Formats: sequence, C-alpha cells, structure tokens
Amino acid sequence: MSAPMQDAPNSIAIAEGRQRDLHARLRRAYLAWVDMYVSRGQWRVMTFCYLALLPVLVLFGYVRVLPTINAFILSVYKWELIDPIRPFVGLDNYWGLLEDENFLLALKNTLIFSPSVVVASTLLSLPLALFLARKGKLSVVYQTIYFLPVITPLVPVSIAWKWIYDYNYGLLNYGLSLVGLPAVAWLTDADIALWALVIMSVWKHLGQNLVFFLVGIRNIPSVYLEAAMIDGADAWQQFRYITLPLLRPILLFVVVTSTINAFTVFTQVYVMTLGSQAAPGQAVRVIALDIYYNAFQYLHMGYASAESVLLFIMVLAFTIIQFRLARSQKEGLDG
Amino acid sequence: MVRPEDDSGPVTRPTSLGRLLNGIGHIILAVGAIFMVLPILWMVSTSFKPPTEVSLWPPELIPSQPTWDNYTGIFDDAPFHVYFLNSVGYSLVATISVMVTSLLAGAIFGKYNFPGRVFLFMVIIATAIVPFEAYIIPLYIQIIDLDWVNTPQGIVLPTLFLSFGVFLLRQHVSSAIPTELLEAGRVDGASEWWILRRVITPLSAPALSAIGIFAFIQAWGAFFWPLIVANDQDLFNMELGLQIFQFRFSADYGKLMAGSVISTLPMLIAFLVLRRRIIESVALSGLKG
Repeated sequence: MSAPMQDAPNSIAIAEGRQRDLHARLRRAYLAWVDMYVSRGQWRVMTFCYLALLPVLVLFGYVRVLPTINAFILSVYKWELIDPIRPFVGLDNYWGLLEDENFLLALKNTLIFSPSVVVASTLLSLPLALFLARKGKLSVVYQTIYFLPVITPLVPVSIAWKWIYDYNYGLLNYGLSLVGLPAVAWLTDADIALWALVIMSVWKHLGQNLVFFLVGIRNIPSVYLEAAMIDGADAWQQFRYITLPLLRPILLFVVVTSTINAFTVFTQVYVMTLGSQAAPGQAVRVIALDIYYNAFQYLHMGYASAESVLLFIMVLAFTIIQFRLARSQKEGLDG
Repeated sequence: MVRPEDDSGPVTRPTSLGRLLNGIGHIILAVGAIFMVLPILWMVSTSFKPPTEVSLWPPELIPSQPTWDNYTGIFDDAPFHVYFLNSVGYSLVATISVMVTSLLAGAIFGKYNFPGRVFLFMVIIATAIVPFEAYIIPLYIQIIDLDWVNTPQGIVLPTLFLSFGVFLLRQHVSSAIPTELLEAGRVDGASEWWILRRVITPLSAPALSAIGIFAFIQAWGAFFWPLIVANDQDLFNMELGLQIFQFRFSADYGKLMAGSVISTLPMLIAFLVLRRRIIESVALSGLKG
C-alpha cells in the first residue's frame, strides 16, 4: 500500500492537469461546432435546447427506439429466454412461422377481425356523426353516451361482455329469446367466437370514431354547404360532393388508426379466452395473442420477435397503402 | 364547444320526408344509445345482485334485493385495495411524467431552432406508428437486464412517454404562443429556463391538461405490460387483479362485476366532470403511444 501512496499526489496532479486540458479542448471543440450553425451569442440557447431535450430523448431512445431496433435483431436469432446460447439463425424464424399452424390461424383471424371492426365501426359512426353534427342538447347527451365505452377500461368491460355472452344466463341470448330467436353460443362456438369479439370491439371503439368524425364535420365551413343549397343540391348531393371529400383526411385517419388498433388487439381476446364459459383458444387466436404465448409462455423470444416484426410490417404496409390511396384520390379530385 | 355560427346552417322548411328521416334517425340513435350503455348498466346492476339473482332467468336489470356483499366480498377474496392504490400510483406517475416530457420536448421542438431538430422530431413521429406489441419482447429483455422485472419502476417505464403528447404540444406551442412573447422575455434578460417555466408552461396549460388526462386513461387501463412484468400480487394494478380474479373465481360474476365497477368508477366520475376535456383529448390523440 505504501509504495503507490508515495507517488500518488504527483500522478493525481498530472491526471487533473490532463483532465483540465481535455475539458478545455472539448469546450473549444464544442464552441467551434456551435459556431458552424449559430452565432456565438446564441450558444446558450442551443445548450438549453439539448439539455431540456436530454431526459426526453434518453427515455424515448430507451423505451421506443432501442427495443424497436432490437426486435429486428432478435428475430434472426434462436433466442430462448432461459438458454444462454443464442445462435444466429438468419431468416429461419420467419420460415418457421410460415409453416406454423398457430401463426397462420392467428394471421387469418386477425385478417378477418381487423377489417370487420374497421368497416363496421366506420360505417356505423359516420352516419351517426352526420346526424349528431347538428347542435342541440340531445346531441351532447348522445355524444356522451356513445363515448362511454371508450373511457371504460378494457378488462372490466371484457369481463362484463363475457357474462353478457353467456349461453345460459347471458343478456344477449335473453334479448334474442324475446324476439323469438334461438340462443347462440357466442363465445364457445368456434365459428361465432371471433364475431362476438368483433361486436364487442365495435362497441368499444365506435364512440372514438364518432368523435373524430364530429370534429371533422364541424370543421367544414358552413358557407360551402350554403352555396351548395343555393345551387339546389339535395342532402345526398351535399354529402357526396361536399362533406365526404372534405372529410376524407379524417376518414383516412379513422381508418388507419382503427386498423392499427384492430391489428394489435389483445386484451379483450385474452380476457375472453380464459376461465370457464370462455372462447376456445384456437378459434380466436390473433397475432398479439400468439406473440404473447410464444414469447411469454414458451419463452421463444427470437421466434416471437420475428412474429412481431411481421406484425409491424403489416401495420406499416397498411398505413402506407391507406395514405397512398388517399393521396391518389385527392389528386384525382383536384385534377 | 361549438360556436353558434358553426351549425347555424341554411334554414329550410322541413319536408315530410325530411321529418320522417329525422324521426328514423332519432330512433336509430336511441336504440344505439341503449346498446352502448346496457353493458355498463348490466355491470353495475350485477354487482349489486346476491348470488341467487346473478344467474336468474329471465335476467332482471334492477336487483330485487340489492346488496353490498359483492363489494365487501371481493376485498376478502383478494387485496383489491392494494390493486386500486397501485393503479392510482402508476397512473399518476405516468401522467406527471408524460406532461413533463411532452412540455419539454414540445416547447423545444415548437419554438427553438437547433441542429438535429427536424431529424429528432421525425424519429419521434416515425416511431409513433410502431405498435407496442412489436417491441414488447426486446423491452421485456431490457427490463430483465435492468433487474426491474416485478418492480414498480419496471411496470411504469413504458408509460412515461407519449409520442402523441410531444406532437400535440409542439403543435400548440408553435401555433398558439407568439414568438414575440419569448423575445420580450429575452430582452428583459430572462433565462431560457425562466421563459419555459413562466411563459410557455402557463400558456400550454389547456393542451397539457388534455395530454395529462389522456395519459391517465391510458395508464389506468394498462394490461398487457403489467401482465408480463408484474408477478407479485402486491404490484398488480386493478386490471391485472381483476383478470387474475376472474381466472380463479370465474363463476362468481357478482363479485367480478363489483371489482369491475370499482375499476371503472374513477373513469366514469372523471368523464362526467371533465366530459368536454376528455373527449377533446381523445379526439386530439388518434395515434396512441
């Protein structure tokens, strides 16, 4: 211990000197770099910008960017959570998925579920919004009621719907019996369970689309409609040639966001496939559920990552297609 | 909510066909409204039913012998008060964090020019469309590396930041706050931090509160992530507690509905009080995450 102690002060002094030197050089380099962009008087503002952004960027990088990049990397490894050996397997996980019956079923179910929810909730909410766009006390009451499902948390309403769907005591079958229809095994019949989930999901998201459309409709300047009326356009023509074209951005937005939501449906499916009176797991297997099972039940992290990359690509492709469609329609309209 | 002139559209004399359509519209609206509230009413009504009435046929909406037993019973079966307080805690932390990060980033992206601004903002917007399910596995592995599995910080981590919050606040700051105001502060010798705190923050209050409400609703309903990360019952939020509870006692719908009402009630009360703000915040959001 004594020998290093003797020359310690000296080396500390040297180290400190080096550090000071380094700091001064870094500072000069930084200022020179800043000078390339802004006048010297403004460097304080820039420092402020980066300092204020720092916590946000660190958080964002850590919880969004890093895991997104890692999903792609993980997907080309055979990465079992409990196995320390994680060999590179190239695209094997992806080829495996294409032969995986569970995945193909989940894909098929998702591709049925998603458009059904999007089309139904859009076609139901648009006319409602047109009707509610006129002001009045009743309109506010209806808006409130239709919006209620949107703010209620998903787990409790999924449990409530499970009870409503019950074959023997469920409210829905009681309703059917009132109008003389036979009881339906909403959640336990494999052919129907997916549609039961579609109904529940439409119920949950209808109000949100309604509000988006209301905002869009109310933003349409009333002079346009007045002009059309003066020209003798009837209600349908007004809708077809004025409201609908001007509503197109909102319509696109609604379709894109509800598609993304529907592609990634998880909670209601998970809740309604567990426990007694539940849906048969296979009948309603969707992609997010399959990812959950592969990753967090069987711990195939790499394999499940390949699946989530495919999910992401599907969502991305869908978004791009929808934006393209909207743009070409717009160009067609203008030209 | 809407200025009077917005809907003072052209006035026409209602034709008989118009009146008929109007009537049909009202009927459809009313039927739809019943369809919308019925599941929630059913949840509330079942929560007050004694076990004998829960599976009564034909079902009755109003329990003939309403009871609080389900509400006291679920607290005996599971520590629902712990779940409830956890939900409150996680949601408040998420709300505060989202408001702070949205304000910082929104103000900087909205009113300041610096190298990398466009690039960084583009990255934030571009990643906003990546669904949570697509990066949940690597995120979970990161949480394992941090040794944060089954910890409160692990549970709240993904809720601390909302791309939409940054986006919304940037829009607000760049369009609703005049740059001259910031310049005036600088002329008076105020520091940028002072301007951020004393000028931008108060003027962003409406947008910030909308973001806060949205973040709270999101965090309150969180399920997928807590399901993976929380193993310990003491860390469950309401949603997870309810799900585990329904898995264990799936036949006990009276109690399940009581728990569901407890989880829904704060949202319902908040909604009835802040109706306009909440609708606005959701209308503004669209893109989640």
